[in-house]
Amino acid sequence: MKEQNWEPKIVAFVCNWCTYTGADLAGTSRLKYPTNVKLIRVMCSGGIDPVFILKAFERGADGILVSGCHPNDCHYNAGNFHARRRWTFFHELLDYLGIDKDRLQFSWVSASEGKKFVDVVSKVVNDVKAMGPFKGYEQLNKEFMTEFPDVSGVNNDVIIKEGEAV
Amino acid sequence: MKIGVFICHCGENIGRTVDCPRVAKACEWLPGVEVSLDYKYMCSDPGQNMIKDEIRKKKLDAIVVGSCSPHMHEKTFRKAAVDAGINPFLVEIANLREHCSWVHDDIDSATDKAIDLVRMAVEKVKRNVPLTTIEVPVTKRTLVIGGGIAGIQAALDVANAGYEVVLVEKEPSIGGHMSQLSETFPTLDCSQCILTPRMVEVYQHPRIKLMTYSEVEKVEGFIGNFTVTIRKKARHIDEDKCTGCGLCITKCPTKKKAFNSFEEDLAYRPAVYVPFPQAVPNIPVIDETVCMYYKNGKCGMCVKVCGREAIDFNQQDKIVTEEIGAIIVATGYKLYKIDKKPDDSPIKGYGEYGYGKFKDVVDGLQFERIASASGPTSGEFKRPSDGKEPKKIVFIQCVGSRDESKGFSYCSKICCMYTAKHAMLYKHKVHDGEAYVFYMDIRSGGKMYDEFVRRAIEEDGVKYIRGRVSRIFEKDGKYIVRGEDTIAGMPVEIDADMVVLATAMIAQQDASELAQTIGIPYDKYGFYNEAHPKLRPIESTTGGVFLAGACQSPKDIPESVAMASAAAAKALVLFGSDKLEREPVVAYVNESLCAGCFACKKVCPYGAVEVKELKDRNGVVYREVAYVNTGLCQGCGTCTATCPSKSVELAGFNNEEIFAQIAAL
Repeated sequence: MKEQNWEPKIVAFVCNWCTYTGADLAGTSRLKYPTNVKLIRVMCSGGIDPVFILKAFERGADGILVSGCHPNDCHYNAGNFHARRRWTFFHELLDYLGIDKDRLQFSWVSASEGKKFVDVVSKVVNDVKAMGPFKGYEQLNKEFMTEFPDVSGVNNDVIIKEGEAV
Repeated sequence: MKIGVFICHCGENIGRTVDCPRVAKACEWLPGVEVSLDYKYMCSDPGQNMIKDEIRKKKLDAIVVGSCSPHMHEKTFRKAAVDAGINPFLVEIANLREHCSWVHDDIDSATDKAIDLVRMAVEKVKRNVPLTTIEVPVTKRTLVIGGGIAGIQAALDVANAGYEVVLVEKEPSIGGHMSQLSETFPTLDCSQCILTPRMVEVYQHPRIKLMTYSEVEKVEGFIGNFTVTIRKKARHIDEDKCTGCGLCITKCPTKKKAFNSFEEDLAYRPAVYVPFPQAVPNIPVIDETVCMYYKNGKCGMCVKVCGREAIDFNQQDKIVTEEIGAIIVATGYKLYKIDKKPDDSPIKGYGEYGYGKFKDVVDGLQFERIASASGPTSGEFKRPSDGKEPKKIVFIQCVGSRDESKGFSYCSKICCMYTAKHAMLYKHKVHDGEAYVFYMDIRSGGKMYDEFVRRAIEEDGVKYIRGRVSRIFEKDGKYIVRGEDTIAGMPVEIDADMVVLATAMIAQQDASELAQTIGIPYDKYGFYNEAHPKLRPIESTTGGVFLAGACQSPKDIPESVAMASAAAAKALVLFGSDKLEREPVVAYVNESLCAGCFACKKVCPYGAVEVKELKDRNGVVYREVAYVNTGLCQGCGTCTATCPSKSVELAGFNNEEIFAQIAAL
């Protein structure tokens, strides 16, 4: 694909109660945002596993948005607090891994904040566009392959199955 | 697996920006897709029939519907799927309207995105597992916490509908704050006259188990299946033997040992007492802190006079457990005592009003007692300091309410009305007296409420001054109230004989502790949170726990009663069926993978994760694993992300399903 035609792939992990509904509201209010973003619905932001994020990067996502209910508004009382704590750590780890921290963004979007959802999505798309395509994982894969030649026949492209170590 | 894909145009709503036929055509080639069709209105009867026909004809195993938000029509399509014989959880919705057609303009890119969304849904549905709705039994008994007017009403409504009620009250008698009131606005009928028949009805009701002087200690379980532990505090009087003759009270030598909290500390009571003469149950309590027997082991006058041998100094607290299906919380409020502020309170207080320093500066409830015919002054207006009739009273509203700098930012809602009532009652009895009211705004919304305030001003000649009071000080035996009249734009000083402060209604002291015991959320003031401020004002966010009265926010009597009846109705809705059905979106544990670290147990907001012991054939425990109580689990999935071995999964949103969605991008 030519560089000027490149459009980033953005995945958004959103909770069912606030951000997914907020995104619905953006729709019913006929607000507009770029088509790059695709939502994956989970029940609570507390249920978003960091592995989901890594997997999405591996599968070619250029930017990721994670969003749930505002603190104290969690449908499950405390799920988003666990999420917040987890992401604070994970964000730093991402940096350590060599992935630009700005590719993963967090936000709280409530069910009544259709406009905020649009703003957040547009910001992620613009930020990621400015950073260019994410090639980190491909590079890592390449390095991995040269260091350890493919003798075992392991195909790195296989989806990680349940229970497998990551 | 055979999958059917159905793309809805939603009239023009999706069709305008998404080329639906192109989406349907593109999805035909997805692996596993047997049939892919588009239709103008998929949710209409012909649309649903088309889905059903295709399921039957092509023997589909799962379907994906590209339509509006799952919050909108997921149920519709699930029902259609069930009608055609497939499991409702093998239906996935691709949100093509709210998340695609409505938010994008460009047809090409929107169509591409729509195809991606459908592909993600197809990949997820391939891995979906058929699930069945969970059924749990319902214990048809209600626990009502708090025996004020809200609790009484809720208990009576549930009991009259034919179900058992356990009513727990912290104080020795039910009745709450309403039993302290003199007369009630806007009709000025006597509070006790309308309340006490209700209290007696509760006491005599065959289906109400009344537990006064008791507190809820522990709540376990979940909607329909709570186990509640209640501490019945020792009264030191045998409830079965006591007839309520009151001889022990009249003979007790500790006449003036303790303040009578029912009289808002304006009178004293002996060590053995009933809060007020009409108390229900009419059984006294011995106050260990002032009783001579507990001090020096002597006295025992009450034992000597009691003909029924009901006094039992060795009585201990009793712990009672009850099986409960629904809980109605009606713990009410308390008045903000501006002299006794707790150390951790953010409130700066109103020291300049001299409450607690000047004896004749009283709060609203104290004034209720002074005005009450059964109160310490027998309904005559006498001021606490010297018992003289006050000729000039100043009422100050919004003491603590609507005052972010020194009090609480909310409006206590009832003070405008009760201040008008107080001034009116005073003017009715003391004809040559003068009543002044300092107010910020008069908020008298309610049936006949504004008329009531107008009557106080126009007929009874109560003088309303719009403005705040800066200071109250003593001068020549008078209380000088210095304030501002913001309408006249000048300072005013009134030499009053007595001052009444309409202090804020605040949450009960132990409101947050009780909330944690039950497991319901509360706001920064300690008031309990409703599940939705407009559409679910009665329910708490915890299933099976309902709210009534001023524990949720400041309320007057009619509102509390209405809310209590609504809470009772909610409990009855729960009791309408023998089994509760709920979505099977709950966590489950793969026991062979679980290492028993119980990280999931720590993060679970509902305490739904339990320890399960795995035993070998000799009954010896060889491993402990996590076990999810599906009755308690609400399906947030926090445990699944926490589990280091990925042995906890959320049904309907398991890792494989989500990975498949990611991979389909």
